[in-house]
Amino acid sequence: MSAPAEPKKLTKKDLTADHPTWCPGCGDFAVLAAFFKVLEKLQFPHEKICTIAGIGCSSRFPYFVNGHGVHFIHGRALPLATGVSLSRPDLHVFAFGGDGDGYSIGGNHLDHAARKNVNLTYVVMDNFVYGLTKKQTSPTSPKGFKSKTDPTGAIDQPINPMKKLVYGGASFVARTHATQVKHMMQVFERAILHPGFSVVEVLSECVVFYPGIFDDGNPRKGGEFDIIEEKVGDGSPEDEDRHDVTDGNAAYELASLQYPGKFGVFYQDRRPTKNELEQEWIDATKEKVGDASTTDLLSARFASMK
Amino acid sequence: MSVSATSGDPETSESPSVSGEGITELQDAVIRFAGNSQDGIQTIGGFLARLAGRSAREVMTYMTIPSTISGGPSIFQVHLGSGEVLSAGDESDFLFAFYQHSYDNHIDSLKDGGICIYDSDHVEELKEERGIIHVAVPMTSTAVEAIGGSARDRGKNIFALGLVTQLFSLNREKLTTLIEKQFGRKGEDVLRNAMLAFDAGYAYPIGDVIGLGFDLKEGSEKGADKITTDGNTAMTMGLLAGGVRFGAGYPITPWSTIMEQLRSELPKYGGIFVQAEDELAAVSMALGFAYSGHTSVTGSSGPGLSLKMEALSYATMAELPLVVINVQRGGPSTGLPTSVEQSDLMQGIYGSHGDSPRVVLAPKNVEDCFYIAVEACRIAREYSCPVIVLTDQALATRIEAFSEPDLPALVHEPVLDQDARSEDFKPYPLDGRTKHAPPGTSMEGGTYPVVTGLEHDEWGHPSGNPEMHAKMNAKRREKLKDLANSLSLPDVYGDEAGEVLIVGWGSTWGPIRESVNRMREGGRKVGTIHLRHLNPLPNGFESIFANYDHVVVVEMNDEGFYGLGQLATLLRARYCDSKIVSVCKTDGLTYKVREIIERVDAIVS
Repeated sequence: MSAPAEPKKLTKKDLTADHPTWCPGCGDFAVLAAFFKVLEKLQFPHEKICTIAGIGCSSRFPYFVNGHGVHFIHGRALPLATGVSLSRPDLHVFAFGGDGDGYSIGGNHLDHAARKNVNLTYVVMDNFVYGLTKKQTSPTSPKGFKSKTDPTGAIDQPINPMKKLVYGGASFVARTHATQVKHMMQVFERAILHPGFSVVEVLSECVVFYPGIFDDGNPRKGGEFDIIEEKVGDGSPEDEDRHDVTDGNAAYELASLQYPGKFGVFYQDRRPTKNELEQEWIDATKEKVGDASTTDLLSARFASMK
Repeated sequence: MSVSATSGDPETSESPSVSGEGITELQDAVIRFAGNSQDGIQTIGGFLARLAGRSAREVMTYMTIPSTISGGPSIFQVHLGSGEVLSAGDESDFLFAFYQHSYDNHIDSLKDGGICIYDSDHVEELKEERGIIHVAVPMTSTAVEAIGGSARDRGKNIFALGLVTQLFSLNREKLTTLIEKQFGRKGEDVLRNAMLAFDAGYAYPIGDVIGLGFDLKEGSEKGADKITTDGNTAMTMGLLAGGVRFGAGYPITPWSTIMEQLRSELPKYGGIFVQAEDELAAVSMALGFAYSGHTSVTGSSGPGLSLKMEALSYATMAELPLVVINVQRGGPSTGLPTSVEQSDLMQGIYGSHGDSPRVVLAPKNVEDCFYIAVEACRIAREYSCPVIVLTDQALATRIEAFSEPDLPALVHEPVLDQDARSEDFKPYPLDGRTKHAPPGTSMEGGTYPVVTGLEHDEWGHPSGNPEMHAKMNAKRREKLKDLANSLSLPDVYGDEAGEVLIVGWGSTWGPIRESVNRMREGGRKVGTIHLRHLNPLPNGFESIFANYDHVVVVEMNDEGFYGLGQLATLLRARYCDSKIVSVCKTDGLTYKVREIIERVDAIVS
């Protein structure tokens, strides 16, 4: 008898699908590369990886990952991913998208996936502009940004994604920069391993419609990539001043810093996921009804209508 | 005692006659309760309907509910019969009026010589006309006295139920068992008060006062304990039997009771129903469940369906199976949230952008809500497409009695398909029907599929190729033409050839059938067909239409610019037959039998 075959290692090559349609130099290439690297490290079974996206440049993501995937409609990636996550605890569910998809047309879903703490990881590639439709103002475009819909400069106050996420109740909130691949990988890994709704906001430059916008956070362009120092719990005096990721108010304060602000994990807390809470209800109910078959259950209910 | 009986003659009202004689046997009785929604009028109606089911009687109910949270005029009409009951009744034989406004608004619904029993604590002015017999009963004060004075007018409904039980010689034992079942759950005090009110009503000498007693004959079917329930409950049961284990929705009247029941029932089956943040999220989550390999449901009423349309078009394009319930109500916009209408047929078929073929079904009565839900689940799985079920407000809330379905034969036990797919697997084959590989499925060829809303090739890659778009449109169309080819024409009821064929769909089935019965009793040659499959239609209607001088489509929607209702428009477009004409209405009420006969006659003559 031959020994059982060693499970094949999942490699970047296995995970690579179509060549991305993104413009040369787009920040999203680095996000995809970091995602592959983290999956190589975590070695999930290939068939259990599921990527889901809505509409936008970054939302083309599922076509570029060789894994089960859904390219859905604009703004609704999170509710669809919620359905997948809740009904398939065996899967690793990832949602990808941009600032328009996630903070504008899909903004309401973000709040609700966050408060429900659905077990999945959501990566937002924020470029401060609508790229696929060729340069309209996005919900994160700073005031004064000249776009085709604001030819004299954006007049509306942009949303602050980190504030929205912390306030909305996401149980893991982090921020990174597409040029800082190592940091991006660390953050992705922590997000993926976090049980619950984890969100990573990635500043990912649109080299065509908003070039240079994230240079302030890129040391190679003369900016500063200021990483959050997290508490280590060693009781030292320095530790006092470090950031407590379980402190929501402190996370909100970090989110209020002047652009380009800080990078790293703003908030992380373990609270029951919707997946766990629904399962608890199912288990408690099943205990009451025993191993009744579908026909038994339906008959019993019909009997109460006689 | 302020009891009086009058029969239009003021003199007799002074001296209530006591008759020891006979009990009139009734085959059939229509009883209307009119009051306010907080009086528990639905509770009385529910008890009577349930009792009818236990006595092998046919029953159909009809109610109006105000769209306010609490309060506002409300009625519940019960049609009980020992023969076939097809409608809730055009006019009532008995009216129970709880208030002056109830009396004023509903006395005209009583037939000539009918009996009006009114609460003399609230109703003061009577219209003495049409031989109506008025019976004053101080319902409020007698009920309060019986319960002990602390209950305000809470027990009035159960008091009235006691009156009805005595008046119609109903089975008191069966009814008290039902009361115990319902109120026992709410605590001893509640049950005791209910029984006190019921007994007081039962003991009230109403039969003596009007000198009449009635006996509603029990049906002949022995031991046939029927299910008595409303359409939304029957639909819920059908979805569970059909294999639905996951779904999502957003509250809207009159859909909400389906989602409420699924939310509480599904955990027993290991499933989940999610209350989503909005209609868009609800349909998207339901598609997430469907993509994951489950039979999944979402639903709503008209306004909510409008919001779901983009995602439904996606479901057609991506070829995902999904059951979508639309409990139609009066539109457009917020419209008449608690009234009935059949004005979402075109929306069901054509409501999305692009050429997005999908299946549309409609149940004909409460019982059929169960069967149509089972069928919708099967079609969604088999053809991997959205299936819209158009029920309506009337079916959702009315109660009917029916026999228990053959569950072992109908139940679908869902199994998650995780069989590895071979190297030649294509999610969108042009030479076959799409059957997706749900996530978790191993792909032996090493290439994993993306389910997509972009036009795509057979492997799911985005494709802007004009030829491919035409081919894929054909693929999505042709699979539903296969479905059409598998459907049989509906049976003709009544005359198979003659003067008029009445065509209906949805909840008008009962009144249309009764109209046909009455017209045929009058010597007319009339038939009817009722369509349950509305998109695609079965083939071959022309062979039926050919046998009649007139084809009249009866619908509860507007006649539009061209004098044709929505189904009539579709039938005209398909059959180019100018014989097809419409009877339409949008008063938010179900059709009366008389109304159908008069409107059909006006066309024929």
